[in-house]
Parts: sequence; structure tokens; C-alpha cells
Amino acid sequence: MSNNDYYSVMSRKNEILKPSVGIDYEQFIISPITFDYEGLMASPGFSLADTQKIQRETGVGNTPLIELKNFTKIVRLSALPGKGARIFIKDERCNPSGSFKDRRAALSVYHAAEMGYKGVVAASSGNYGAAVASQAVKYGLKAIIIQEAYDSRRVGQPEILEKTRACEAYGAEVWQMTVGPELFYLQLRILEETHYFNASLYTPMSILGIETLGYELAQQVEQKEGRFPDMVIITHAGGGNVTGTSRGLQKAGATNTTVIGASVDLRGLHMASDIDFNRKSFTTGHTGFGVPFLTLPDRTDVPRNCARGLRYLDQYVTVTQGEVFFVTELLSKLEGLERGPAGNTSLTAALGLARELDENQIIVVQETEYTAAGKLHVAQLTFARENGVEVCRGNPKNNIPGKLIVIPEDVGQIHTEDFDLTKIRQSYIRNTLKEAVGYFPEEMDIAFMAEDSKSSIEFVREIIDYSKAIPI
Amino acid sequence: MTIFKTAVQANKGDLVQVHLIVLEPGERSSNLPEATQAVPYEGWIKGYLLGEHADIGQMVRIETLIGRQLSGILTEINPIYEHNFGKPQPDINFIGREAWKKLEDEG
Repeated sequence: MSNNDYYSVMSRKNEILKPSVGIDYEQFIISPITFDYEGLMASPGFSLADTQKIQRETGVGNTPLIELKNFTKIVRLSALPGKGARIFIKDERCNPSGSFKDRRAALSVYHAAEMGYKGVVAASSGNYGAAVASQAVKYGLKAIIIQEAYDSRRVGQPEILEKTRACEAYGAEVWQMTVGPELFYLQLRILEETHYFNASLYTPMSILGIETLGYELAQQVEQKEGRFPDMVIITHAGGGNVTGTSRGLQKAGATNTTVIGASVDLRGLHMASDIDFNRKSFTTGHTGFGVPFLTLPDRTDVPRNCARGLRYLDQYVTVTQGEVFFVTELLSKLEGLERGPAGNTSLTAALGLARELDENQIIVVQETEYTAAGKLHVAQLTFARENGVEVCRGNPKNNIPGKLIVIPEDVGQIHTEDFDLTKIRQSYIRNTLKEAVGYFPEEMDIAFMAEDSKSSIEFVREIIDYSKAIPI
Repeated sequence: MTIFKTAVQANKGDLVQVHLIVLEPGERSSNLPEATQAVPYEGWIKGYLLGEHADIGQMVRIETLIGRQLSGILTEINPIYEHNFGKPQPDINFIGREAWKKLEDEG
């Protein structure tokens, strides 16, 4: 009989996780720092064509690309003459459970079914849980979804409560938990008990599933406009969306397209805090995930994370909650598309960035998500007010995460804030060295870190030399 | 039709919600903010009641939506989803009207 206290279960982490995804990670790990990323990505044996075929079987993907002509017009009103790029959006809400997460779940659940697992487990308070639950139905598998849903007063964000409903609508067993990183402990216990598949967001399957999104959008723009998009904006949280979309763009040949990650700025709020939990309106797509997953990607529920956003990002920007709510309302009123707020993070960034680009340039926003009770700006603003967050109209620059949501007075006030990728790269390298404590990086490790952070060998070397000078 | 009343007793086969404490405050991860450390790690799960009858507050056994069995304290019978569309927000009402006005003014 195993001991199920917190530290006993955590110490069994590797033996529990090993059989839970059907991948032998050991064969790809070369040193405490380096692993064969492309080898790992290829290991499940799915080509892009295979992925497309599997996704088509359950109605995933092939979503429309819509030009937001009224958005472009209104952006140009506050742009300099000749500026204001055309904005297109990939309407991912058209997927079976209403978001791009169906692409990730499709391949994972297919793989689980092929490998003979009886069920799947996913830790998600968001769209991914619903996507896994939906896909599990199609393959006749059981689904268990573990959510971080409530604070200790049992108050839950309306968006998460809607996700509980959606998962249960698909017949999943849902665990609505209070705040805490012990979600992972519970996930391990359930995996150990059920021997189900760990539908982690960070496996090769989960990333390969998103490659079709980047590939499709590149082809759609190419067919419509005779060229690839100049810029693709991707809401960034755990890194999967950036990684999969970028890889798909590359596979389509769109190698010159600029890849921008966008997150909602929630700096200052602690992600494991019972108090801060309900002082944020966004449960994902924010800096609370976005930054740590770039600076230490392997902090996940699998031995090596295949979502490696830093490898692909050209630029990382933030927007504020109030700006996203403004744009969500604007999308309904100007384009006739009522969509969920969290999925509009990248769209908000697009409005800020389009103003700086030339009129003939093309920006693609690569997702939307479904909207429903709880999962819309009005419900989230109501909840924010009820939880002591102030809401007002004004300049979004005055926004204070957890305290003040400022709804812009005009489209012209929407702007993106640049997050310094050089600093993120430095942190990534320092964290990687710290994680491999006692190991001295060799040439191949330096090359790996350079590739993994989209920097250079010189850049990595400089930080290693600097780290040596300062005792950690 | 007990389903439309706030039932206090559940019968076999009713959809119910149970509460369970997964970790008491002292059993949690040591790496937590103070406020989180001070409260238990707890959760709620829905399923169908396995015993004949049970009252709110009683320890019961349920079969979850996927057919697994587990025990917890009965908290709700025929649990309701109460999240909604929120209350009208005056701060966003202007957005569409003003945007259209701007576009129309520009012709």
C-alpha cells in the first residue's frame, strides 16, 4: 500500500508519469541540459498529413479565416497616413468544443485510444479540459478533468464555472479544487489510481496538434492574397500555442512571418495565492503563466516540455485586462463576432501593432474562442467588481492588475507593451544552469541553450561566464 | 417532483455533489503563500448517490459521471450551475456606438 501524503506522492512523480503518456523520454535526454527536441517531437510518428487526417475525423480544424475590415478601418483613423495593417482572424471557435484546444486534444486522445488507455486525465480550468472531454467522447474513453476552480471561500470565477459545466456536459468527471499547486499532486494520485493517459499540454502530441493551425492560416492567406502573412499574433500562456503555430508556419514555408506572443499583464499577482486568485479576470493567456514558462519551460507534468515558446518568439508583448474587454465588445459591435474574452488577447495586441505597420501588410490573429454564460466580458467585469476590483473608463496605462481595470475610451488608446526578450533569455539560461546544478555545460549544451532561447552561442557563453563570477 | 424544490434528502440515483478535503493545512506543500498555506486543499465532485437515502452533511458514496466510485460529504442535491451573463456594465455600453459614429463621420 503506497503512502499518499504530499511528499510521498511527489517523490513517486517519475514512476507515475513514465507509463502515463506512452513515451520513453529517457532515450531523448542527452545531458542534464540537452535533449533531442526534434527526435522527441517525431517520436509519436505523426506527420502533418496524419495529424490533419485525424483532426478531420472529429471535425477539428479547417476553421475560417475572416478579414476584420471594420477593425482595420478604425485602426487607420488613429494611425499615421499610410499606416494601419489589414487584420485577419482565424475563427477557432468553430472547432467542436469551441477553441483551438480541440487541436491539442484531438491528437492526444487519438494517441491514448490507439495505445489502449481506458481514459484520459487533464489538469485544466480552461478550454483544454472541455476539448479533452469532448474528444474522449468521440473515442469512447473516460475523461477526468481537474480544475483549480475556487478560493477558500468557495468563490469561483464565472469562466471556470462555465468550463465545469462544459466538461460535465461532455460526461467527464470533474474535480473542482481550491487554489494550490497541489493540483499536480492530485493529478499524480488520479493517474496512479486509474492508469489513465496523462493528456498533458506539453507532450509532442499536444504541440503537433497545433501545427495544423499555423499551417492552415499560412495557406489561407497565401490563397487569398498570394503571399504569407507579415505577422502572426498568438496568445501566450504555457507556450504550446506559440510553439505549435510557429512550427506549422515553418512547415508551410512562411519562414519570414514575424511571430508575436501576447499575454494579459497580470504582473504582481501571485498565481498560488488564495487571495489573488479571484482578483484576476483572466484565468490563462496572462503573464503569470507566460513568463515562467518561457524562463523555465520544463516546469511541467512531463519529463521534457515540448512547448518551447522562446525558440520561436520574435517579440513578446502585453496588453491589459481592460483593453481586452474593450476589444471583445468591439468585435461584437463592429464585426458581428461574439467571442470569449481570453481568446481576444492576441486580437487586442493586433490593434496596437497594426497601427505601426504599413497599410499593405497583413496581420493574422490566430484564434478566437466560444462565449457563453460566465465566459464573457460582462460576466467577468461583474465578478471583478464583486471581488473588490475597481472598474472605470480612462487611459489603460493606469491599469493596476488585481486593483483597477481601466476600459479605454477610444481605440487609439490601445497599445502593446514590449516585454524585453533579452531579459527573458537571460533568465532562461540562468534557470537552466541552476536546474542542472553540479553539471558543467559542454559545447553541445551551449548550442542547445542558444537554440532553445533563439539567441546565440556568444550570448549563452557570456551569461555562463557571468554566472561563474557570482556564486549562486 | 422533488427536483424543483431544495431537497434536503437525496435518494439512490440522484445527481449529487460531494465535498472532500484532499490535504489538511498541515499536509500541504510547504512552498505556498501564507494565506494558501492556512486553508485546506479541498474539492467538489458530482455523481450519482449509491446508498438508499442520505442527508446533506452525511458521508456518502457516489458513482461519478464516468462510473468511478468515491466517498465525500454530501453538499448538494441536483446541483445547479449558477454562473450567468453578469450585470449590465455601463463602462462598455458606449464602445459600439462611439466606434460606429467615428466610422460614419469619416464616411
